[in-house]
Amino acid sequence: MSIDRREFLKTLGVAGAGLTGVSALGKSKPEPDAEEFYAILHDITLCEGCQECEFACATEYGLPTPSDDDYPDSSVKRELLPERYTVINAVETSVGEVYTKQQCMHCAQPACASACLTQAMKKQESGPVTWDAGKCMGCRYCMISCPFDIPKFEYDSNNPKIGKCQMCFDKLKEGEAPACVEACPAEALIFGKRSDLLRIAHKRILDNPGTYTDHVYGEFEAGGTSWLNLSPVPFKELGFNTNVETKPYPELTKGFLYSVPSVFILWPALLMGLREATRTDSEEGADHE
Amino acid sequence: MSEQILTPPSSYWKFFKSELKPRASLWTVFNIISVPTVLLAAVIIVIRFIYGLGAVSNVTQSVPWGLWKGFNVVTGVAFAGGAYVLTFMVYILGQEKYKPLIRVTVLNGFLAYTFYAFALVLDLGKPWNIINPIIGNSFGTSSILFLVAWHFMLYIVAQMVEFSPTVAEWLGSERARRNLKRLTIGAVVFGITLSTLHQSGLGALFLMAKGKIHPLWYSEFIPTLFFISSVFAGLSVVIFQGSILQRVFSYQMDEHSDERHNVMIRGLSRVCALSMFAYFFLKIIDMVHNHTLSLLTTSMGVWYLVELIGFVLIPMLLFAYGVRIGTPKIIKLASIMTIIGIVLNRMNISVIAYRWDEIPRYIPTWMEFVVTISILFVQFWIFRWVLHRMPVLRTMESMTQTANSKG
Repeated sequence: MSIDRREFLKTLGVAGAGLTGVSALGKSKPEPDAEEFYAILHDITLCEGCQECEFACATEYGLPTPSDDDYPDSSVKRELLPERYTVINAVETSVGEVYTKQQCMHCAQPACASACLTQAMKKQESGPVTWDAGKCMGCRYCMISCPFDIPKFEYDSNNPKIGKCQMCFDKLKEGEAPACVEACPAEALIFGKRSDLLRIAHKRILDNPGTYTDHVYGEFEAGGTSWLNLSPVPFKELGFNTNVETKPYPELTKGFLYSVPSVFILWPALLMGLREATRTDSEEGADHE
Repeated sequence: MSEQILTPPSSYWKFFKSELKPRASLWTVFNIISVPTVLLAAVIIVIRFIYGLGAVSNVTQSVPWGLWKGFNVVTGVAFAGGAYVLTFMVYILGQEKYKPLIRVTVLNGFLAYTFYAFALVLDLGKPWNIINPIIGNSFGTSSILFLVAWHFMLYIVAQMVEFSPTVAEWLGSERARRNLKRLTIGAVVFGITLSTLHQSGLGALFLMAKGKIHPLWYSEFIPTLFFISSVFAGLSVVIFQGSILQRVFSYQMDEHSDERHNVMIRGLSRVCALSMFAYFFLKIIDMVHNHTLSLLTTSMGVWYLVELIGFVLIPMLLFAYGVRIGTPKIIKLASIMTIIGIVLNRMNISVIAYRWDEIPRYIPTWMEFVVTISILFVQFWIFRWVLHRMPVLRTMESMTQTANSKG
């Protein structure tokens, strides 16, 4: 593979921009319209806890399938693992046993992707946040940044993977729905454009007062996500993280990134000026080591 | 002394061979402890690369950064802050009286950065991909870590340039020394700029961990707090290290060095006390601003007060008092307390107050401790080797004499 001169210069330019943080400033391309992403709506009131989505996910990605012991039980909280991209848990609530589904939320502006220094984590235009093994350094900064604690790291491997839901990016490219959506017998999972799903969600809340709590989790959480949830009870009761910011997480670092180019220009000028100003008369003209 | 410096060795090969020989007895207490520890660490590192991080480390899915990143990288870099503060004082503000400390501090900074880069490699899951942020097909330019990595790398180069005249002197090449000397001011200006950015950048890494770090430690001021604390962290190391070197390497010092040293550390204590005051003040503003004062009565709050009062406010007062009455002993005590305080602060943010609500807590394995200490040991070996051979400490006397005799 050869790199031509133009490519090389472009690379250098990007390198320089990255160094001074200019790229974060001068991003002329508008943020991709969050409304046009694909998304998935999980209507928790319809979920029967059958785990078909978990089985389909495991088959799709060649992961271990849940055993009989893994059947949802409200006394056990099963966690996501490097080899478990989604999990159904049973939660005892004020309206009885409710099943929750956990997986990557696929934020519109993901913290993990903005944290990733190699672009291994990437928000695809169609919606999924994907992970690229060839680029990842295994620094785990995505795990520090993710407000939902989603990326999981294979600590017991010498060539570790980051395990997380990819929203079946490959199937989306073929025009198919994600495996979990296809597998759901209760139609608790709906796949579609985010704006359509939000309309459906709000209509369900409006049409069935008393059935739903008036909140679509994922509409504003972390600045909006590609995974939306409807629940019969407040999300806090289900163990959802209700302390997440409503603005996108990359915003938290913007102030710092913006200051980088100014420091790079102001500091050297200021330092050289100070040096000249604080020179004593005897030093002027002398070889100042 | 000056003649010895300026004579090039007749055969470089012979010269290197003789320089590699140990100068003192190998049977010192330090060596008896450090050699087996480093060997053990080497075995642990091999296990880590064969079986994965989990085989030697206790880091978890919710606390993915443990002792290696929290101590060796996040804490260690703050301690290397002395180099940019001192070069600022000497080369920018023209405070020549601190010049004797420059070489040893820059050397210390250079070694620290190099070794912490190495520590980082140990912690990476896929270290062979470390080249990705450098070669350009995968620039994550929106990442704070990307900025930190680049600034880190460039700063190592800047420090190499700053230190290079010393190496030229060691090799007896006056011409190379003069040419390298010309690069110093450029490297210094570039280095200070880079330090400002990556010292604060290390703090900025945690900005997106909002909600995961205890509210008493999380703050939008983290970058500024990291930057200010790197000033007194770095200078405390210079003060502490200086007093040890003064004793161990007394054969390289002249009879006035003690006196001069005391003048220097009093000046540095002033900077420490004032920067600590700025830091303390900012912390209070932050607590009021974020309405976290009420959390001070919780158990995490008490721990926070231990850090802030015990290891910031008290050493700050000790520094100020030490400057006033001019007792090096109090200043040394203050510098030790400050160093402990910085360790507490950095470990709190990256490990202890990070997911403080998580059960079970992350507690490092003994293997993580062995590797962490070994990195310091090896760094110290090289530091000692260089000090015994290169004109790092003895330079100031001979250099001033040379300069004076030249007129």
